[in-house]
Amino acid sequence: MKRIENCYENLRKSGRKALITFITAGDPGLEATPKLVAELEAGGADIIELGVPFSDPLADGPTIQLASNRALAAGTTLSGILETVARIRENSQVPLVLMSYYNPLYRYGLERLVADAEACGVDGLIVPDLPLEEAAGLRRLAASRLAVIPLAAPTTPPERLEKIVAAGRGFLYYVSVTGITGARTELPADLAAALERVGKIVAGCLPLAVGFGISTPEQAKAVAARADAVIVGSALVKIVARYGASRSGCLELRNKVAELRKALDG
Amino acid sequence: MSSTLTGGRPGPGGYFGPYGGRFVPETLIAALDELEAAWLRYREDEQFQAELDAWLKDYCGRPTPLYRARRLADDLGIREIYLKREDLAHTGAHKINNTMGQALLAVRMGKRRVIAETGAGQHGVATATAAALFGLECEVYMGEKDIERQAMNVFRMELLGTRVIPVTSGSRTLKDAANEAIRDWVTNVGDTHYILGSVVGPHPYPALVRDFQRVIGLETRVQARQVCGRLPDVIYACVGGGSNAIGIFHPFIGDQEVELVGVEAAGEGLESGAHSAPLCAGDPGLLHGSLSYLLQTEDGQIREAHSVSAGLDYPGVGPEHSWLKDEGRARYIAVTDDQALAALARLCRTEGIIPALESAHAVAGVVAEAARLRDKCVVINLSGRGDKDVATLAARAGREVEK
Repeated sequence: MKRIENCYENLRKSGRKALITFITAGDPGLEATPKLVAELEAGGADIIELGVPFSDPLADGPTIQLASNRALAAGTTLSGILETVARIRENSQVPLVLMSYYNPLYRYGLERLVADAEACGVDGLIVPDLPLEEAAGLRRLAASRLAVIPLAAPTTPPERLEKIVAAGRGFLYYVSVTGITGARTELPADLAAALERVGKIVAGCLPLAVGFGISTPEQAKAVAARADAVIVGSALVKIVARYGASRSGCLELRNKVAELRKALDG
Repeated sequence: MSSTLTGGRPGPGGYFGPYGGRFVPETLIAALDELEAAWLRYREDEQFQAELDAWLKDYCGRPTPLYRARRLADDLGIREIYLKREDLAHTGAHKINNTMGQALLAVRMGKRRVIAETGAGQHGVATATAAALFGLECEVYMGEKDIERQAMNVFRMELLGTRVIPVTSGSRTLKDAANEAIRDWVTNVGDTHYILGSVVGPHPYPALVRDFQRVIGLETRVQARQVCGRLPDVIYACVGGGSNAIGIFHPFIGDQEVELVGVEAAGEGLESGAHSAPLCAGDPGLLHGSLSYLLQTEDGQIREAHSVSAGLDYPGVGPEHSWLKDEGRARYIAVTDDQALAALARLCRTEGIIPALESAHAVAGVVAEAARLRDKCVVINLSGRGDKDVATLAARAGREVEK
């Protein structure tokens, strides 16, 4: 968890915005994941989310659904992902966050999960189907060992958002659109105003990261003007879908991340 | 006078013991809060109650009869068997009780559009019917595999002005249709109400759907007293998500002398792995927003269910059933596809009633346990009629009927 805090601290000092990138762990196979993570890091990602594949990803659009299917078909499990994280940690200190639906975590056992995830070098958990009230148990177990990163949506009322922010660690994952994951040609017209409102509530408590629908450098730049971090997922997963972990795929992935990085820093 | 819609539990957060809750994306929480507020308000509202009662009576044909099946009882050597004839309700199944209630709620909440998931198509037809009646735009998600085996219900929905959206992901059945309906709701939550068809999903759905289905059990209580002078000894109902079962069980939960038996689909047999029996052969986990018994792998992936009956082909079950099981208040058994088909044939020949394949599982439960029911007064919830299954039955018999 310290790695996430340090990351934001360093960015703040240098006046930069964080780029958070998502890929599905085990897509196209777990052996590819360390290589792809290295490319994301080399391209300039500050924090990396690894999706834990699930059979019924109901917050995800087709791109990540298909990635989940490919990863499961390749035999990916949560234990395998944790081992992979340990391998990545042998030569990287990039903050790593697991994004998982709740059932695989519940089935693994929450106590065992927190212990194993911490030992392997995982910094945080994002659980899209575990809202504030239901997350209390996991937050208690994770305490200061793992950040349980909360989500907020355009439909979250201000009083509730305050509670979510107060209970959360790491950063606030603000869902930019009322909908599921996936690249969109246009972000909602009222996003800037929404980020203004949300920004006031999170200020001084948690960094504000914005995700869902962001795929182009222009979108990333526009969102970063009103947030601390930008999350890009489906646009990168599409590259993995197309090229796998081939040499050209790795290059493509690194270039895409570098392009986003440049837009944030420019 | 207590409202017929007031069903007691769940406790805080929508929990039945350890089961239930609300495991959904944050985007839906505000909509679930709005729905819960509407449900709490209108279930105590006499005007709402009176309006719903009038629709159920004049439009849906309630109360449905509690019919004494003498020839079936003789055939099985059981003293008395009564069939609660939900198959005679408008649209041919108990599903209409819930969709009428939820459509009325949707209108009260100012929603202009409703969506639903469907397996066998009965809930889809019942939703399409209520949507037509109340002038709501309606779209129903249905797995491709179910669209094939329930072609007649697809056309019925279309006749009623509903768009049926094929779902091609996952197992292409009910589970995946529910995923797609939830994704739609997450995207269109402002103007859309999701009419969930069973006692599953995030709070308040398990309690809300149960409250609309309790009418089955409330009528049965009154009718049983009239026709046999007392409460029944045992009640059988099939359990997929579990809405018809909870509907008939719930008003009897306080009557310890009434045995409650839920019948799950054992498909090709529990040991084959190809079944839909989470209560008999699953473990607790999370699917579609609540914690309940579930078919899942060692790694927490949802396993595909199997049943000859599309309406029972679901890897999860309502959280209140999980609680009733753990508490020992209800008993859950499972019967195979073959047992259900044999029971269906038996009911056709003894009583002249073609039950839905789902409901045939409840009949098969009674057939399987006939030896211990000799001197009992048994009620079977005949949750739906079998017209929709005729093509499936013909295909299994090696015959083709025109679709």
